[in-house]
Amino acid sequence: MFRKSFLPVSVIVSILIIWELSSRILAIPTWILPAPTVIMQEAINGWSNYQHHIFSTVFLTVSGFAIGVSVGLLIAVMLHLLPKIREALYPLLIMSQNIPIIVLAPLLVIWFGFGITPKLLIITLVCFFPVAVSTIDGLRHTNPELIHYMKMAGATKKQIFTKLELPHAVPQMFSGLKISATYSVMGAVISEWLGANKGIGVYMTLASSSFRTDRVFVAILFIMILCLIFFTIIIAMEKIILKWHPGKEEQ
Amino acid sequence: MSTLELENISKSFGEKNILDHLDLRVNDGEFVSLLGPSGSGKSTIFHMIGGLYQADHGTILLDNEAINGKKGSISYMPQTPSLFPWRTVLENVVLSVELHQKPDKQKALEMLERAGLKDYANAYPHELSGGMRQRVAFVRSLLSPQSFICLDEPFSALDEFTRLEMQKWLLTIWEQERPSVLFVTHHIEEAIFLSDRVLVLGSKPANVIKEFTIDFKRPRNEELTLTQEFLEKKKEIYQTLRGVLDD
Repeated sequence: MFRKSFLPVSVIVSILIIWELSSRILAIPTWILPAPTVIMQEAINGWSNYQHHIFSTVFLTVSGFAIGVSVGLLIAVMLHLLPKIREALYPLLIMSQNIPIIVLAPLLVIWFGFGITPKLLIITLVCFFPVAVSTIDGLRHTNPELIHYMKMAGATKKQIFTKLELPHAVPQMFSGLKISATYSVMGAVISEWLGANKGIGVYMTLASSSFRTDRVFVAILFIMILCLIFFTIIIAMEKIILKWHPGKEEQ
Repeated sequence: MSTLELENISKSFGEKNILDHLDLRVNDGEFVSLLGPSGSGKSTIFHMIGGLYQADHGTILLDNEAINGKKGSISYMPQTPSLFPWRTVLENVVLSVELHQKPDKQKALEMLERAGLKDYANAYPHELSGGMRQRVAFVRSLLSPQSFICLDEPFSALDEFTRLEMQKWLLTIWEQERPSVLFVTHHIEEAIFLSDRVLVLGSKPANVIKEFTIDFKRPRNEELTLTQEFLEKKKEIYQTLRGVLDD
C-alpha cells in the first residue's frame, strides 16, 4: 500500500513545493495565484464560514447520485430485457450526453424554478449514463457457455436473468459507478452555480467575484476531497461485493 | 430408474443433413459412450435431448415419455466446466437443483465429501485447477433433480495425466451412484475404459454404424488399459473409426 502510493504522493508534493517556491520568489499577488500555504490557512481559519456550504453539497451529491444510479440501472435492465426498445432508445441515450450541461442548466431553471428539482435533474443526467451504458454492456456480454448451460439445465428466462446475467454484470456496473461517483460532485457544483443559497458552487462564485482566489482554491480542494471520498467508498463496496472476482488479488 | 431412447431421429440445418434416422438406447444404470470424429453431430444430439433443438423426425423418449423440445429433462455436463465465478463451489453444485426446487445444502456437502472436494466447498472456481473444476461440474450434474446424465466431452480440455485421474475418479463416483449416463467423446481409450457400451458414430449424416459391448468387470482400474483384451477392443474400434474417416 505504502509503496504503491509513494510515487503519486511524491509527484503531488513536488508540485506543491514548486508552486510554493515560485509564488514566493516571483512574488505573485494572492488574488492571481495564492501559494499553497495561504490556501491552507484559509481552509483552516475559514472553516466555520464555509462548512455549511460543504454539507449542503454533500447532501445534494448523495441524493443526486442515488437517483441517477437508480435511473441508470433501471434503464439498463429495461433496455436489456426489451431489445426492440433498446434499438429505438440507444441513440437517444447517447444524444442526451451531447447536450452541454451548462446550456441545459438555465433551461431547467426556467422549467423547474430555483428549488432542488433542477439540481437533482442535472446530477441525474450526468450520473445515469455511465452506469446505464456499462451495465448494459455487462448484461449483453454474458458468457455464452454459461447461458447454454442454463438453457440445457432447463432454466427459465427469468432465472437466466436473475441468476446469471445480473450477477455477471456487477463488475461492469461498478466501473460505471466509479465514473458516476466523480461526475456527481461536478454535477452538484455546476447545479449550484445556477442559483442556490448554499453549496460549494455558491461559495466558489462568491469567492471569485470578490477576487478571493484563495477561497476559490479552497473550494477546488474540497471538490477534489469529496470526489476522492466517494470514489473510495465505491471501491470499498466493490472489494466487498466482488470478493469472488479473479485477479482481484493481483491488483 | 431412468432410460433414454432416440427413435428414428433426423435433423438437418438447411441443406445440410446432420442426423439421419438415428436410433440409440441407454438402459437403466448403463454407461454408454458415443464415439465419433469431430463435427459428426454429437453436440447436435445433445442439444436435441436437452430440448434446445427440435428434431425434424422421430421421438426422444425419457422413461418412455416423449421429451421432444422439452428443456431441462436431463442433467447436463458441458465440455467446459461452466461454473459461475461469483458462486462458491457449494453454491455452484446446488445451482441445477435451485432451478427446480429448494436446494438441500446438507446433501450437497455429503456429495462434495464423497467426491473429495469437501475442503473446497467455500472456494471460488478461479481458485481451483482445471481438473477440480470439472469435478465440481460433475458433482453439480449428479445433484441435479434429473436422473439421466449427459456428459459432453467433459475431459477434452484436460492434459493427459489429469484426464486419466479424472476418468478413474469418475468411475469410482459413478460405480457408487450408478446413474444412467450418455457420454460423448472422441477418445477411444476413454470410451472403452468407462463404458458398458460404445456406439461408433459415422459422420455426415451421423448414424450409429457399429455398437461394441464392453464387458470388463467392474470396479475397473487403470491396469485394465494395458491388458490384451483391452488393446484388442481398442484396435477393433479404431479400425471401425478409420473406416468412417476414409469414407
